[in-house]
Amino acid sequence: MSSIVISTVSISVITALFAVLLTIADRTIGNYGQVTLTINDDKQFTVDGGSSLLSTLIEEKIFIPSACGGKGTCGYCKVQILEGGGPVLATETPFMTEEELANNVRLSCQCKVKQDIRIQIPEELFNVKEFEVTVEAIEDLTDVIKKLRFKLPEGEEINFKPGQYVQLKAPLYEGNDEEVYRAYSIASSPLEKEYVELVIGYVPEGIATTYVHHHLEVGDKATINGPFGDFYYQDNDREMVMVAVGTGVAPILSLLNFMRSKGINRKARFYFGAKTPSDLFMLDYFKQLEEDLPDFKFIPCLSRVGEEDEWDGFRGRVNNAIEKMMEDGEGKEAYLCGNEPMIDSVVKILTAKGMPENLIYYDKF
Amino acid sequence: MIELNPFVIFIAAIFTNNMILSNFLGMCSFVAVSKEINTSLGLGQAVTFVLAGTSIINYLVYHYLLVPYKLEFLRFIIFIISIAAFVQLIEMILERYIPNLYYALGIFLPLITVNCAILGVSLFMVIRDYTFLQSFGFAVGSGLGWTLAIVALAGIRQKLKRASVPKGLEGPGITLIVTGLMALAFIGFSGIVQIS
Repeated sequence: MSSIVISTVSISVITALFAVLLTIADRTIGNYGQVTLTINDDKQFTVDGGSSLLSTLIEEKIFIPSACGGKGTCGYCKVQILEGGGPVLATETPFMTEEELANNVRLSCQCKVKQDIRIQIPEELFNVKEFEVTVEAIEDLTDVIKKLRFKLPEGEEINFKPGQYVQLKAPLYEGNDEEVYRAYSIASSPLEKEYVELVIGYVPEGIATTYVHHHLEVGDKATINGPFGDFYYQDNDREMVMVAVGTGVAPILSLLNFMRSKGINRKARFYFGAKTPSDLFMLDYFKQLEEDLPDFKFIPCLSRVGEEDEWDGFRGRVNNAIEKMMEDGEGKEAYLCGNEPMIDSVVKILTAKGMPENLIYYDKF
Repeated sequence: MIELNPFVIFIAAIFTNNMILSNFLGMCSFVAVSKEINTSLGLGQAVTFVLAGTSIINYLVYHYLLVPYKLEFLRFIIFIISIAAFVQLIEMILERYIPNLYYALGIFLPLITVNCAILGVSLFMVIRDYTFLQSFGFAVGSGLGWTLAIVALAGIRQKLKRASVPKGLEGPGITLIVTGLMALAFIGFSGIVQIS
């Protein structure tokens, strides 16, 4: 009995001693004092040195997109550092192209602020805010996909372009001991400034999707920040070719909702890919959109539907459908959202049909 | 047991009882960071330094805390804790005062914590009942021996870059074969002294 107590106590004491020692070292050796952070040459902040650039910026309420929570695994938090960044670390190089290395682009989560530092970030990141939102509704679209409607706090609003995304924070819960942010495209119209709708699929053992599917309930609070992203609605008169699979439907929904509430009169075709009839959802909603919008068609494509199944829509993948149904690519532009193989194969078809590559906008996940 | 001179142990730890080449401890960073002589020399220095430091700390903790309270069975966990804390401290110091070495070592510095050679030395010194000076000599010798082995390997690998290696053996494969050959060569030293 006494040996249990003694061993527990001695491990605790030794651990505590080391902890104290390290805390003292952190306060003295790890203390870099106050440094000046200059953003885009016009905004200056005096910040405490010693932590990563990403967390320093978050302290100043500037949100850089980051999905992994600063562990250096997602490669999203790229920032151009003009001065004071130190050498590029081995943990950053896998995410960098040669052009980015030449332009001093760095991963802000790996770069420590140790001296006066000058950085350049896109102006629209100043528009990014963090919101404490309330879950207003959760709707099951299929067995594994949910649509969530969040309400922003009273008096706050979010300004985004249709197609952009926000990051949802997955907090600590039983079975998850790290806070991470995950990116989800906004499905609602940007004219509804007090609400954000997200479409989230369940990924087994996914930290954020488990949180959404098994823990989040109506009335709960959640944290989002945004908007981010360079995939958004382009204002012109070209015919639109929209393509999505699974939860990739979200940004397309935002585009369509926006077009409906603005009364935009553009020809649009939406190819939606799924495997079986049970993977389809919101069919009434798209039917309504077809009626409300002057020239819009919803084209569901099922890739795994047997001969015996009743299905009079397209049989095959979205790229097969485009190949068959779309005529010339000229004078059209495309919005793609989905997994990488889908996007790659669709881009191939579209360019083969004569659509210029710079008019193909996509969001890979 | 014959009382060995700490200096004999020191020499033996470098040549005849080399941590890598006779005990095969510390292989992960040995294979991973041995591409360039400069970096591997840096890592070798860091390992030697950490070994010297942790052997002192662990010797004191073991003989003045664990033995009197009959807690020898806790040595694995206690040794690991003290090694982890010490490495953390070294990391902070390097980052502040020798940033070049810090950046050169990159993520391998925190990995020293789980370098089994470090824990191995601490365990060997208590298993073999070394005195304080013997332990210290053993630790520094092991560190230098580890450095010698990794620098030699890095030198060989720099030459290998210009050789045509069969595709399936590129990288770690050929490195392990080279390590084996180096271990064979080091057997040649075994006549000098023998400590275990």
